[in-house]
Amino acid sequence: MRRKWVNGVMLGLTGVCALSTVSILLFILGYLVWQGGRALSWDFLTQLPKPVGESGGGMANAIVGSAKLLLVAAAVGLPVGFMGGVYLAEFGGRTFPFLVRYTADLLNGVPSIVMGIFAYTMVVLPQHHFSALAGGLALGVMLIPIAMRSSEEFLRAVPQSLREGALALGANRWRAIATVVVPAAMRGIATGMLLSLARVAGETAPLLFTSFNNRYWSSGFGQPTASLPVMVFTYAISPYEDWHRQAWAAGLVLLAMVFVANVGGRLILSGRRIGSRG
Amino acid sequence: MNGSRNSAVMIGDPKIEKSAEVSPRLVAAHSAKIMVSGLNFYYGPRQVLHDVAVKVPENKITALIGPSGCGKSTFLRTLNRMYETVRFARAEGEVLLDGENVLQMDVALLRRRVGMVFQKSNPFPKTIFENVAYGLRVNGWGHSRTLAELVETSLRRAALWDEVKDQLHKSAYALSGGQQQRLCIARALAVDPEVLLLDEPCSALDPIATAKIEELLFRLQDTCTIVIVTHNMQQAARVAEYTGFFLLGRLIEFDETKTIFKKPARQETEDYITGRFG
Repeated sequence: MRRKWVNGVMLGLTGVCALSTVSILLFILGYLVWQGGRALSWDFLTQLPKPVGESGGGMANAIVGSAKLLLVAAAVGLPVGFMGGVYLAEFGGRTFPFLVRYTADLLNGVPSIVMGIFAYTMVVLPQHHFSALAGGLALGVMLIPIAMRSSEEFLRAVPQSLREGALALGANRWRAIATVVVPAAMRGIATGMLLSLARVAGETAPLLFTSFNNRYWSSGFGQPTASLPVMVFTYAISPYEDWHRQAWAAGLVLLAMVFVANVGGRLILSGRRIGSRG
Repeated sequence: MNGSRNSAVMIGDPKIEKSAEVSPRLVAAHSAKIMVSGLNFYYGPRQVLHDVAVKVPENKITALIGPSGCGKSTFLRTLNRMYETVRFARAEGEVLLDGENVLQMDVALLRRRVGMVFQKSNPFPKTIFENVAYGLRVNGWGHSRTLAELVETSLRRAALWDEVKDQLHKSAYALSGGQQQRLCIARALAVDPEVLLLDEPCSALDPIATAKIEELLFRLQDTCTIVIVTHNMQQAARVAEYTGFFLLGRLIEFDETKTIFKKPARQETEDYITGRFG
């Protein structure tokens, strides 16, 4: 009798916890869509912010700014992460790859604000001004371990027989990797890269004192640059009701970007018919 | 360790300490394409081939039989040095291809001359055409105007052309298992190898697909020296003119197939053929 009772209670408890996970997510999403949807307009996507006191305006500069930051981050982080992943999966002995993997995992766990300090010290201080370059660098460094480990995983999933097939035809290691192994893993690697970009797109802390913020368009990569996460932060802590609404809208746009990247990544991965057997 | 297991068996069975002696009659009958002598092979500290000596006759089919783990696949992989993909694998002794030492040859050149087909068909995730063209591209004939012609010739030699000529630009994975294996043979034939090694090429195929491949091998022997590892003794009896019997890392007997199957010189061979062990 008691066993049955405990069983029922535990089952119920785990169910309630599982349900609350889902409902918290749904609540946040629903609230965001409700609040953000009200302030979202064509103007929001295409206009610059209005001066304090005037209502209306938008965050076009922050949307473009976020894209610029991600571009720099991708240029910095993805090639390094990808090549590192190739090394871990295809070359190397025991000790060094172990160290690299361990370090990558540690790097992955470094608080994002520390990445910000790093970029601040390396770029902002010597240049004496905030820039998209500094912010992008901070995000790029965060990308490296994520892109590296996911590239490694997908390369490892390529059957050994494909490598042997290429080597048996007289290809050298590098040729076999570049022409057979990497193409076979390409969808997975691309998905991993997209998801890693989505993961850093919402980072705020490393941008606060690297790319900083800007109420106008920034040209090039050398000026302080607005970004959606920092805009959310700035607008949300302001005392103005209108700004609060815009913060919600910015959050919604950011979420939509991440969502599109996620779905896109999964679509790429599930459409891998040519790359797999059967 | 496996090595100690092997030696324990051999202590109890001293007569198989001796490796095969190639009969003088055999040597005189055909010119040898591959001459192996004093070949010892190790995976780290474990010795898996003991003092193997054999002369593989030119433009004939040679079958290698023996129970699992007897070293026949390892032996096959020393002939094109595919064992080098395994860490701590090491071959000692002499393996001569037309008098040139295989163990010191440029490995890409060696593998162009000695092609290999694997147990599990391993087409690349590319089109049928690109699979066959791969070896040609790797060996620098990718821009040749005759590329398409060479691909066609190879597919014809592998008896696959008529089945795939209308779908050359479809994925190789669209083919059936038997067709995929013949595609792998076509891919190996494209670089016009002098020797073709096959490692249990039919073990995953149904009898009809197997018959097609056996027929194909039979026709290929005019232009190619063929060495095939097989678990299927009927297959050895059907296709091979010569057969070698491996046991516990030694080549016990090597002779004309009919001799091996009708009047083997060694007791162990007879025991294996008649199914008394293995």
